[in-house]
This record gives sequence, structure tokens and C-alpha cells, in this order.
Amino acid sequence: MVDIEHGAEVEPARPLVKIRDLKMYFPIHSGLFRTHVGDVKAVDGISFDIMPGETLGLVGESGCGKSTVGRSILRLYDVTAGTVEINGFEIAHVDRDSLRSKRPMMQMIFQDPQASLNPRMTVANIIGEPLDEHMKLSPEERLARIYELMDWVGLNHVFAKRYPHEFSGGQRQRIGVARALALNPKFIVCDEPIAALDVSIQAQVVNLLENLQKRLNLTYLFISHDLSMVRHIADRVAVMYLGRIVEIASREKLFAEPLHPYTQALLSAVPEPDPESERNRKPIVLQGDVPSPANPPKGCNFSTRCPKVMDICRQIEPGIYDFGDGRQVACHLYSESMTMTGEPTAGETTN
Amino acid sequence: MPDTAMPILDVQGLRTVFRTRGGEVHAVNSVDFHLHPGELLGVVGESGSGKSVTMMSLLRLLPSPPAEMRDGKVMFDGQDLLKISPEQLRKVRGSKIGFIFQDPMTSLNPVYTIGFQLAEPLRAHLGMSKPQARARSIELLQLVGIPDPERRLKDYPHQFSGGMRQRVMIAIALACDPQVLIADEPTTALDVTIQAQIIELVKELRRKLGMAIIWITHDLGVIAGIADRVMVMYAGQVVEEGPVNEIFKDPQHPYTQALLKTVPAVRGPRAERLQVIEGQPPIMYEAPVACSFRNRCQYAFAKCAMENPALVPVSAPGHRAACFLLDKVAMPEPEAANG
Repeated sequence: MVDIEHGAEVEPARPLVKIRDLKMYFPIHSGLFRTHVGDVKAVDGISFDIMPGETLGLVGESGCGKSTVGRSILRLYDVTAGTVEINGFEIAHVDRDSLRSKRPMMQMIFQDPQASLNPRMTVANIIGEPLDEHMKLSPEERLARIYELMDWVGLNHVFAKRYPHEFSGGQRQRIGVARALALNPKFIVCDEPIAALDVSIQAQVVNLLENLQKRLNLTYLFISHDLSMVRHIADRVAVMYLGRIVEIASREKLFAEPLHPYTQALLSAVPEPDPESERNRKPIVLQGDVPSPANPPKGCNFSTRCPKVMDICRQIEPGIYDFGDGRQVACHLYSESMTMTGEPTAGETTN
Repeated sequence: MPDTAMPILDVQGLRTVFRTRGGEVHAVNSVDFHLHPGELLGVVGESGSGKSVTMMSLLRLLPSPPAEMRDGKVMFDGQDLLKISPEQLRKVRGSKIGFIFQDPMTSLNPVYTIGFQLAEPLRAHLGMSKPQARARSIELLQLVGIPDPERRLKDYPHQFSGGMRQRVMIAIALACDPQVLIADEPTTALDVTIQAQIIELVKELRRKLGMAIIWITHDLGVIAGIADRVMVMYAGQVVEEGPVNEIFKDPQHPYTQALLKTVPAVRGPRAERLQVIEGQPPIMYEAPVACSFRNRCQYAFAKCAMENPALVPVSAPGHRAACFLLDKVAMPEPEAANG
């Protein structure tokens, strides 16, 4: 927290990442001539800001589009519509060459450290690859930088010549983190960085990410389906359902009093390691499955499973209602008490 | 559950070794446990702790080679499952003991309809005719909450969602009214809202059918909600076992204590910093001669490196843990135990 305030002093208080109405549709082609018959609307018009030094948690169930958001923001996909501004640069629609010069400031940590590290490259070469691509360093400088990065993530220098298969999952993820840090990025998308790790290793990696954030004033988009871990690491949390953000709020507010029926169901479904409170916990059990993003329901996306569904929900897509203090909810339940907003707020954690 | 009741499943000194090119890996090291009728036993451990291998060994489901069952007794229904003939064993598998695997997509056969796969155990074990098996299949799908079961019998696994597939797996496992159901991480591949559905379903089925269940998981939250008794595994050994309240309220083994602290809470107070268990679980190239957790244990002392602690009873009935800290004679300083 101290560092977030510190970061806000150094840099002007404006968002480092600014997403407006981002859409990512994957076309469906069918038939003999592969005609375009529809789209999978993986991300369907989402907007949010992330302040410098902040961690925004992005949660949702599999298939809700949270990873697609992370990948679109870094332009790993060519986005369908909307704007992505990182550190003042619009990157959603720029050409490859100017995008390439912006790559160093935005990096990614992937879910599966086994699949995201080249098995034929040594640790030194994996961490050094971004340096080779984007910087001109002498061999000595390069090695010194690799050792520095290995120190940051807690890898012993003797590992530099080893290959990824020689490491455990937690260590492999440290290699992935070191590679992401190589070019001094400002913004890192962490896409389920701990999902593939064992419980006792998860805490090690999360603590490492927190330490690095403080030390280097990093800004994170932390994508995860693990709500308890998001509660631990994120300053603000956005909840996604079927391509849209249904609720965004500060960590305290969201976990203390979720407002959207989906957030309520999601939080109530998380079991807790306490037999007594588990016996009394009454989870809101949602009926049915998530609809296909190729054919989302009319009106509110959640209307097919919502326990509080009203007639209007099946007809009209809900607007975004602003509750102040950076909390926004997309639900008709609040249409009478609240005013609609078009502009996402950055949240109060930075003020 | 009183310990005096006759257990339905009694496992003693089970040892399973994998012979690999890199040498032998001792996956299960003298595991003892029992299961009472109607009880839900939660088995907790990280990947590689031997929890799945233990359960697969019970039914001799592991391919041999590389797996080799070195030792042990698995008493079920008055016979030792490790000794009986393959024909006799086949009568137990899928009939008296049902098995649910982690990933429903890879454990269902993609080229057969759900109806065929449901009828298979019914016809094989219970000798049902086709119409009988069909009627029972519809009943089973209804039981696990699959809408429109008659029509869904004709569908293939890929036409079901993940949660629905797991329901089908449960229906298949329940087909022959098993006395014991072994569920190996049945909700790990599912989303939380779907997981909640499956857990509610299993609770309801337990009330209706009353079978004993072994539920393997790494998620302490899931176990807290459904288990009667919990067994914690580390490096192929049981390090602690006891009633669910005891394990969560008064864990005795340093590993269980650390494991409970390392998971952040989704409700209640939030910790500023996560507790960490340093290091990583060992790979057991040899049968353990010392405590396997000692290199990660903050309380480790000289004796931990010399001997392998056995499970000893602690205060509450049925609660046992394998740690020298509980051995009042061996403990170096009394302060070390509280911390």
C-alpha cells in the first residue's frame, strides 16, 4: 500500500492502463466455402483502468474471456474493436513495427511454466532472449543482467546453464517471471500464474510477485479463477461473466459485500478450510451451465442462470451503475437506485 | 464414527514402487488406513504425495511395470484385494468399489454413447438385459440431475459440458450400488460454481444411498465441508489423520499446520503476507529412513534426520500424527512445540 502511494507521487495520478469498450470476436467459419457464419464473442465491450503500481484482479470461470482480455491488451491478438492505452500509447490498432518498440514495457507471465519455456534452451538463454531481441548488450553485460534477474526471482546462478525440465514447477515459474522482467516492464499481465502449481508452492510465487511489485513499482493485471488468492494480491477486482465485466470494485468492498448476483454466487461457492463455518455455509448453487459465447442470451448474459432474474433482464442488456468509490455493477437490480455511467473509474485505492 | 465398528476397507502397510530409468521411486510407503461404512474420508496432499497412487494400488489399477506393489494388505469384504485372482478382482472393480477420476473428458470413451457406457457395468456386473440396463441408466442420470435423461443417453461425451460429464462419471460409478466410492479429485477440473453443484450432489447422494466415500483432493476447503475424517499425505506416507474438526482446529503435524496457513481466506480477516512452506516436496528415490518433511520443517531437530516417525495417537480419539514433536521424551526443548 505504501508503495502505491509512493508511485502515485512520482507519476501523475492517471491510469497506466486504460481500456475502453474492448471487443475480441473470433470468427466462426463453416460450410464448403468456409463462409463467416458468426462470432465467438470472447470479450464483448469491456472498459477499465489500472493505476500505476496497482494490481487489478480479473476473475471469472473458464471460458468467460478473462485470458482473452489479457492477451488482447498485450496485442497478442488483433482486437476487433475498442482502444487499449498503455502508458499513454494507443496500441490496439498500431502497426507491427511501432508495436514492437512498445513491447518492452508490457510483458506477460503465463499459466503453464512447462509449456511457456522452450525445452531446448538453457535458463540463461530463456531469460536472455528478450535482451537479445530488444537491447544491444555485450556478452558480459548480458550475463550480468541475467544473473541480476535470477537474483531477483531467487534462482541460484548455478542453474543458468540448466534446462527447464530440470526444475520443479515453482522454479520454472520463477524463470518465467525473470524473463518477463528482463526489459524493465511497467505493466505485467499475470495469466493464472499459480494455477498449475501446488498449494505450498503457490504462496512462494505470490509472495515473490508482491515483493517485485514493491521493488520495481510494477503494475499487474492478475488473471485468476482462485478467488481467495485474488483477494490476497489484488487492490481492485473485476469479475467477468461471458465476455463482460459484471462488477468491479475495491477488494474490500467486493469481498465484503458483493452486489452483482453472479459475484454473490461465485463468492458463496468458494469452500473454506473451516469445518464449522462450512457446515453452516449455504452456497448459492447456480443452475445450469455457462451459455456459449457464440450465442449469448438476449438481454443480460447472466439471465439464464440468475437467481434474481426479472423480465427486463431477458430483454435489455443492463447498463453500468456507479456506486462511487470506484465500484460499478452491471445489473438491472440497481436501475432504480443508481445512475448509469459510461466512464469507468480508476478506483479509490490510488487516492 | 466409533473406531470399534468394523471397517469396510482396511489397508495395512501398503507399499508401491515405480521402477523408472532413473531408479526406483517409492510412491507409497507403508500406508495404513481404514474406512468405515457410510463414512467420508478425505485424503489431502500435494501432487506427488502418493494419494492417487495409493487408491489406484488398492484396486491394482496401476500398470505393472513400472508399478510394483511391494507389500501390504487391502482387506475388503473378507478378502485381500492384493491377493485375489484377476477374475475375482474384476467383480469388485466398478461393482462393489466405484471410481471417479479427475478428468471426465479423458476417462469417458469418446466413441461410445453415454447410454452404452452406463449400461456396460450394469450388463457386465449385474447381468441385466438391455431394456433393464436402459431403464436403470435413465434412473441413474435422473439421480445425478441430468435433465432429459432419455434423450441424453444417445449423446456422446463431447456433447456434455464439464460439469455434466462429471455427473455422468458419478452415475457410472454408482451404477452397481457400490459400497465404496473412490473419488480422485472429482472437482479439480471444474469451475467453482460447478464444483458447488457437484459437492451438493454428492452430499445428497450420500444421504440417499449411504455408501462410504474416499475423496482425494488438494483443496482443503472442499474437504472441510464434506469429510468426516481426514488423512494428510506427504511423500507417500500418512503424516496425520483424524476427525475433520480436529485436523482443522488442532492440527498436530507441522506440515498440516503449514498447509492450513498457506491458503488465503476468501472470507474473514485477510493476511497481509502469505505464510510460505519453503522448498519443495522430495522425490522418494529410496524408502524413507528419516522424516520426509524435515528439510522444510521449521521445528526439525537432530532426531528427525535419523529416524522416520511413526503415527502416534494424540489427545483426541482417532487423531494420530507422525512427528517426533509429539514424542515428549525425544523433544529437545519444550518451547519448540508451541509456535
